[in-house]
Order: sequence, then C-alpha cells, then structure tokens
Amino acid sequence: MRTLTQLADGLRRRSFSSVELVGALLARIEKSQPALNAFISVAAAEALEAARAADRTLAAGGGGPLTGVPIAHKDIFCTAGMRTTCGSRMLDNFVSPYDATVVARLKRAGALLLAKTNMDEFAMGSSNENSFYGPVRNPWNPQMVPGGSSGGSAAAVAARLVPGATGTDTGGSIRQPAALCGITGMKPTYGRVSRYGMIAFASSLDQGGTLTASAADAALMLREMAGFDPRDSTSVDAPVPDYVAAIEEPITGLRIGLLAEFFDKGLDAENERCVREALRVLEGLGARVSQVSLPNLPMSVPVYYVVAPAEASSNLARYDGVRFGHRCENPRDLTDMYRRSRGEGFGAEVKRRIMTGTYVLSAGYYDAYYLKAQRVRALINADFVRAFQSVDVLIGPTTPTPAFPIGAKTADPITMYLNDIYTIGANLAGLPAISVPCGFAAGLPVGLQIVGPHFSEARVLAAAHAFQRTTDWHTRVPVGYA
Amino acid sequence: MSEWETVIGLEIHAQLATRSKIFSGSATAYGAPPNTQADLVDLGYPGVLPVLNGEAVRMVVKLGLAIDARIAPLSVFARKNYFYPDLPKGYQISQYELPVVARGTLEIVLEDGTVKRIGITRAHLEEDAGKSLHEGLPGVTGIDLNRAGTPLVEIVSEPDMRSAKEAVAYMKKMHTLVRYLEICDGNMQEGSFRCDANVSVRPRGAQKFGTRAEIKNLNSFRFVERAINFEVARQVELLESGRAVVQETRLYDPDKGETRSMRSKEEANDYRYFPDPDLLPLKVDAALIESVRATLPELPDQKAARFASQYGLSAYDAGVLTASRELAAYYEEAVRAAPEDPKLAANWVMGDLAAALNKEGLEVGAAKISAPRLGELLRRMHDGTISGKIAKEVFELMWSQGSSADAVIAAQGLRQITDSDAIARVIDEVMAKNPAQLADYRAGKDKLFGFFVGQVMKATGGKANPAQLNELLRKKLPG
Amino acid sequence: MALTREQIASIATLARLDLTADEVPLYQEGLSRILEFVGALERADTADVTPMAHPLPGLTQRLRPDEVTEGDGHERYQQNAPRTAAGLYLVPKVIE
Ligand SMILES: [Mg+2]
Ligand SMILES: [Zn+2]
Repeated sequence: MRTLTQLADGLRRRSFSSVELVGALLARIEKSQPALNAFISVAAAEALEAARAADRTLAAGGGGPLTGVPIAHKDIFCTAGMRTTCGSRMLDNFVSPYDATVVARLKRAGALLLAKTNMDEFAMGSSNENSFYGPVRNPWNPQMVPGGSSGGSAAAVAARLVPGATGTDTGGSIRQPAALCGITGMKPTYGRVSRYGMIAFASSLDQGGTLTASAADAALMLREMAGFDPRDSTSVDAPVPDYVAAIEEPITGLRIGLLAEFFDKGLDAENERCVREALRVLEGLGARVSQVSLPNLPMSVPVYYVVAPAEASSNLARYDGVRFGHRCENPRDLTDMYRRSRGEGFGAEVKRRIMTGTYVLSAGYYDAYYLKAQRVRALINADFVRAFQSVDVLIGPTTPTPAFPIGAKTADPITMYLNDIYTIGANLAGLPAISVPCGFAAGLPVGLQIVGPHFSEARVLAAAHAFQRTTDWHTRVPVGYA
Repeated sequence: MSEWETVIGLEIHAQLATRSKIFSGSATAYGAPPNTQADLVDLGYPGVLPVLNGEAVRMVVKLGLAIDARIAPLSVFARKNYFYPDLPKGYQISQYELPVVARGTLEIVLEDGTVKRIGITRAHLEEDAGKSLHEGLPGVTGIDLNRAGTPLVEIVSEPDMRSAKEAVAYMKKMHTLVRYLEICDGNMQEGSFRCDANVSVRPRGAQKFGTRAEIKNLNSFRFVERAINFEVARQVELLESGRAVVQETRLYDPDKGETRSMRSKEEANDYRYFPDPDLLPLKVDAALIESVRATLPELPDQKAARFASQYGLSAYDAGVLTASRELAAYYEEAVRAAPEDPKLAANWVMGDLAAALNKEGLEVGAAKISAPRLGELLRRMHDGTISGKIAKEVFELMWSQGSSADAVIAAQGLRQITDSDAIARVIDEVMAKNPAQLADYRAGKDKLFGFFVGQVMKATGGKANPAQLNELLRKKLPG
Repeated sequence: MALTREQIASIATLARLDLTADEVPLYQEGLSRILEFVGALERADTADVTPMAHPLPGLTQRLRPDEVTEGDGHERYQQNAPRTAAGLYLVPKVIE
C-alpha cells in the first residue's frame, strides 16, 4: 500500500488509474466495514464517476496536486448533496446543501470524496464509543478503541482503507486517535484551516486537520486545505507556506523543550520509554533537548471541561427540530417538541456536555466557572508563550496510555476526559501540534507529540518528517491490512 | 396633582438600512415571500459562521457621533441564549458587557418649551429575529426567517423620562435623528423602528425607583403613549390598593388599549450571555471614526438653530420645519425660489402644505406641488399679483391640477386688479347703488367703511388690490 | 458539589432536554463529578488576569462589504425541514 504522496505521484505518471485505485479501495472498505465500522457513508458511485473524470483530466495532461486521489472526510464536514450526520441521530437524515470550505478546497486540488468517517457524536468523546452508528474498532486490536473523536478517520488510514482523511481536533480529537491507531495526525494553528462547514462543537477550540500515514502526506494535504476563508471570521489572512517543500528543512540545532508536566504519574511506563527513545533519535539528528516546565498546564483539563461544554451548549441549541434534524413524533406543544426532539436526537454524552455547559453559563455560576476557566486559559497560554521564548518546539507523549479496551472507561466521565490530558493545552492556546508513531507498547501504537508556536506548522512538520526519515514506525500496518 | 411620579426608560430597536444582513449576504428588503431572503447563515444551518457587515458598524458609529457618545475602541459580540422558533440558532448575537456606543445624550423640547436632556446609556449592534405567523394556520405557527439577521441598533436610554408625553417626544426625536443620519428608514408599520418601554412609578420625591414592568414591541408613537398611560394607571392602582407591582414583561394590546402579562415567554429565562467565539472583538479606530464623521449631515438641532437665525423663525417653527430632512429641504428650496419672505414660506409649508399632505396621507417627498412651484406662488403674493386669500384658491387648484401658479392665475383670471382707474370705476358704481349707506357714512358712521370694502371686493371677485382699494375709498367716500 | 434532582431538572428545562426519570440520577452523578473536577480551578490565582476568549489574542473582527451575495434557496434548504407549508417552517402553535 502506498502513501498519499506516492499515490498522487503514481496517478500523475499514469502508472495506474484513479478508477483502479478507487475500485481497489472500495473493495477494502467493504471488506473491513463489519470489523472496524470506520465509515458512516460510502459514496461508491459518485467516487467512481469522479475517478473517471479525474482520469480524463490526467490523460489530457491536466490536474491539480491531488487529482484522482481518494480521501475520506470526517462526517463533521458538510458535503453538498450528501448525508452529513456528525455521528448523531439528530442529523441522521441531514443532507447538506453546501460543501465545507475544507471539502471544497480538497476537491479543487483534485481529491475525490470516497467516504465519510465515523466519529463520536458531535466530536464529543475520546474513544469513538459515542457514535449513533456504533463504536469504531482499532485495526491493531478490534477489542480496543481507536481513540476519538476522529476515530473513524484514524482507523481508516491505519487500515490503509484511504490514504488520507480529514479530522477535527477540539481537545485532541485528531492527535489522540492518530496515536492510538499508529498514524500521523496534524492539528494546525487555530485559524489556519477554515471552520466554515465544519459542524461546530466548541468554536474557540475546534480546528480541522489531517490524518495520514506520514508527515509528508500531512504536509501535502494541509497545504491544499489551509488558508484564509472570508466566510470564517476567525480564519487568519496569512499566506500558506509550501509545507511539502518546507519539511525537507534539516532539524540541526532545533531547540526541543521536553514538557516536564507530561511525564507525570499517569504516564504509562512503556509509553514513556517510547517517547524517550524518540527524543534520542531527534538528538541524533542534531536537535538540542532541554527540560521545560509549564506550571499551569495540569489545569488544562478542568479549563477545557468548562469552556468546551459552555460553547457546545450554545452551538447545539440550533438543533431544535424546526429547520433540519430530528423532530419527535406528535409533539403536544412547542416545549414538548423542543424537549423530546433534543432528548431523542442527542446521545448521553452530548446531553451531559450540554447540561454541563448550560450550568456553567447560568446566572450565578458564570463568573465562578466560565470566566474563571477563561482566566486560567490565559495563564496556560502565557506558559506556552514563555516556553517558546527558549525552545522551538515542545515534545512529549500524545496520550498517557495506548489504546484501551472498548467499554473500559465509559462508566466515569472524568476517567475518559483524562485521556486528553496531554493534547488539550494546544487547543486552549491555539497551537499547531502533530502526533507521530514512535513505537509500540504491548502490540499497540504509541504517539509522540510535537507542539509549536502559532503558525509554525512547517517546522513542526519538518521535525516529524525528519523523525520519520530515520524511523519506520509510521510504515507499520496492522495485521490483515497490509 | 398626583402624588406618584412616573419613571420611564426606552429601549429602541432601529433596523439599520444596509442592503445585506448583519452577518450574511442575504438581502434585507421588506415584503419578500417567506424565507426567500434567509440563507444558510440566517437559518443557523450546521457549520455556517457569521461575518460582520462593515456598513452596520459605520452606521452605529454615525449614531454614536450624533448623540455625542463614547465609541468603544474595542467592543465584543455576545450570545444571548434562549429557545424560540423565530430565533434559528437558539441564540441572538448581540453585544452585552462591551457595547460599541455608550453614554450619549439627546435633547427633547417639553410642552412648556423647556429643553430636557435624555441620557443614552448605550447603543449596540445585534441581529433581528424572524417572524411567527398565526393567521390562517390552524393549530400551528408558521416561521418566516426573512427578517432574521437584519441588523439592528438597540438604543437604551437612562430612566430619564417622567411622562408618556416625554417618552413620545424622545422617541420622535430619535426617529428624526436616525432618518437624518440615513441609518434607518424609520418605517414603523414595517417594524423598522420600535421600542420597549420600562415603566415604573414611585411616590413623588422618593429616591428609589419602583418595580418596573417592560412593555414589549411598541411600534407607533400613539401606542407608546397609550401603553405607558395604561401601565402607569395600573401600577398606581396596584400600589394604592396595597398590592405590589411584579417585575415582568408585558404586551400592549392596541385593540383593548391595555397591557397584559407575557409570563409565558419569560418562563425560566436565563440568557447565559457569553462572548461569541465565532466573532472577534470589534475594533473601531480613529481612522474609521473620522471617515464616518466626514459623512455626518447637519443634525436636526443644528439645522433648527440655523433656520431660526438665518430665516428669522421662532424656535417652534424651526423645530417643526426640521422634523425631517425632507421637510427641511423642501422649505429651503421654496425659500430659494422666493427669498423675499422666509416667514411667509414657513407659514405656508407648515399650514396649507402640511394640511394637504396630511389629508391625503402623503410624505413631503410626494407633495403634488413642488418646492419651486410653491416658491412661485409665494412670489405672486409678494409682488401683488394675487392676494393671500386668492393664493389659497390658487394653491388648491395647483394641487389638484398639478399646474403652476401662473398658469392657474391666468386660466382662472385671478390676477389682482391694480389699475386705480378700474378700481375707482367700481367704487363709483358701488357708491351709486348704496346712497343710504353713503349718507350714513358721511354722517359719521365710520364702521360702514368695511361695508364698502366688502361690496367692491364682491364686485371684483376679490381681485381688487386691497391696499389700493383702501386708499381710493378713503379719498372718495368723504365726498 | 452535588447537584439536586431539582437542579438537574431546571438545567434540563433551560437546555430543552427531555430526561426520563431514570436518567435524572445518572446526570446528577455525572454532572456532580464534573463540577467537582473542574472545581480545581478555584485554587488558581487569577487576580488581574484578563479572561481569554480566543486562542489568537490581538486579532480583531474583519468587516465584510455590504453586498447581497445570497439569493433565494428556500426550496433546497427546506428539503431538510421536518414540516413546511407555503414556504413557512411549521411548529406547534406558539402562544404569546
Ligand atoms: Mg433589550
Ligand atoms: Zn435588542
């Protein structure tokens, strides 16, 4: 199985056709679906049609950087004329009338939409057990979770069902499943990738990104996805560097800060071993490692579980059964329609977060919870700003442990929330961060996380790419999916 | 005199006259078929995001400058969360803690002529909601979201008004101002300009405010006055019978002329305001302020002062003539055509013209006599072609026929008789026909002078020049 | 802090969520656990700290030109609507 970069190249050289490629992938998808449940919708006929068009374009010597390359979108991205469910019963029958900017850009670059991936409902979850369409399973071990909320995208790329997929990362939802599935997950700087058409969970934290087999693939996909969008007020109007060219930059002299707070008592010994080994590899490539402390970082999870639910409680108010989405049968009156449509349409975790968010914003609690959390968020941000005065990137584990068994953490929300303890900081401060495979613990992949200052995607990708040029963790494929 | 004092504050909602909506590219035109001007952003579709209309910002800054307010260098959009079917996202984007405009003032003239300054706490940008329709839909409500996302400025006054009349005067003044600024069309029937009134009463002399009721969505000056008067009476009656006023939202029913509780809408309301994470802080810098300032027109108060001094008008007349930019422009155009007597022009514009417009329910822009033509009529009075009395006749014909003053005068033969010989001949005839009255006059009955004036006017169809007639009569009657 | 059944009920009302009788204790427990967990924030010294609402401090709102760019799409948009008639979205009778 070849990487996204190799496939794009092969198509351009016409070593194989897009129709052949799409056909082969559709066969793999069909075979894997009962075991992994990585997809919610597969656009077989449309993808084949688009592949035929791509082949014609390529035959005529035309095409963009991704012409004919099939990819998958997390089902949080709106796709015109196609069902977009966000993993929720609420949107089970929702057909988007428009394309998300990310979808439109990748289409413009020539990529084909092959399928929409499974996800935790409204991106709320760290294990992909919260989907209305059932849990996604980890290709490395189907008893294990793939991580979440972009679990379908991670499992699909890990099982080489698609060469690349989009994801969204609000508290680690790209990096954490990438780590648990042994692939590369890139969350860019907040504002780098348009949020238009990406169904909102927590607007000040959500950011679209990539799940691919390698950092080089991430660079290619991100280059085509990123950039200013006048439809998103929080999108940043700054030129997008050519990440594909930039990743070849050597990392000699790169100043790496080892995040002291990440090597805490919750970190699995095997994960720690893999990460420390990876640091030695990077030192071998000329990077200089020093210890860095971000004293307020341990507060990132409590901050997140105030800010994200608060924003979500408001963002999800539009699902009221009036203009789209689920409406209950025979409502008695307006209030009954609201309460039953929402009660039936949302799953348990979504309701829990809406309730938490409603509570922390309500009269008498706003200052103590919401405002306090936004103040602590400022402290965490200041820690990052300070750290980046002396180092170029921060490095640590992506997750405290490898993938855990399905059902193991569903009883207590806090146990589940602590999965994101190492990833949330980058969301609170809007920083670019990547997770790359750096070894295995008991047969399950372990992720290394690299975090950079705002708009340093090129450098973060270059560090990841340098690591992948001297290691082969990212080339490992789960048994049965080679 | 009542021992209760009324305290009123108004929250005015004015629709800003932008072409497109505040956060989307939909049109704002009134009266389109349902939901044809509601795009994905207005509908609150999954995934869509708001982008702020710069013109709405310029308009609210313009208002801020006109009321001498502080313009915040940074203001913040917040979400006001509540469920209602005409509110598509489940929240209204508004401004809460940091509004763009704060601390302004507006002067109103009270009935006794004194000037009162009304404080304006704040003015902020927000989006309008859609409309719920009930008629012809048995058992259901229909939602039209064309209005959803129309830009509004909410102007919140201090509780500075002490009577329904003051409240109306303030609302009218604000209405005049927003139309002067061309930031709102002021159309109250279409809901472009409406207000909520916060009303309370307290014993005269008390420092503390009484419990207030908020009367929602008043869309005419008359309703504002009636609703407040009803509400004051209701509250006084409650207090005088030993009961308490409940803080609540009330609705004015214009058919019954009363306000009633809207507790249904209030039920468990907790708006959970927080900064909208989809929008960044709004920056209004000096350059923006100065570029808006450059577009400020002459404001109503400035114009009234100029009219008073330039045209020698009373403060009252100047106020009436500057009540709208269009009326003031009409007046000035008429004066330009007949510069000899600006006071006469004022009387005609406020008198016959206003009456004719009123009778047909027309705005001054639709007057059937243009300002230059009214000026021509004024000149014909001034140069003695017609008398003031005949002018009224000419005015009516000009209005109904759409012709010029000179055309009417010529066609109807209304030109004043200024030929002394001709007038003298008529006088001689009248004297000959009335020998008894002439004798009495000559015997000292001076009052009969008027009788002869009347007879001559009658004989000439009112066209004799009054000054010449008087002079000739005074010469001839004594014999 | 532990939330009462009544508090859960009033939050669910505010959020317009229908909860069954047996769901209430679950949310009672879950929310209480979460609030206890986020209560750790109380210990942070945030005197004089400005709350951070956006991850990119210093950026300000971009202004869009006042242009009509969107036309009538109601027929397409209403394909997702549970109930419509004559171009209107229908809901159970709203009583004012
Ligand atoms: Mg208000
Ligand atoms: Zn308002």
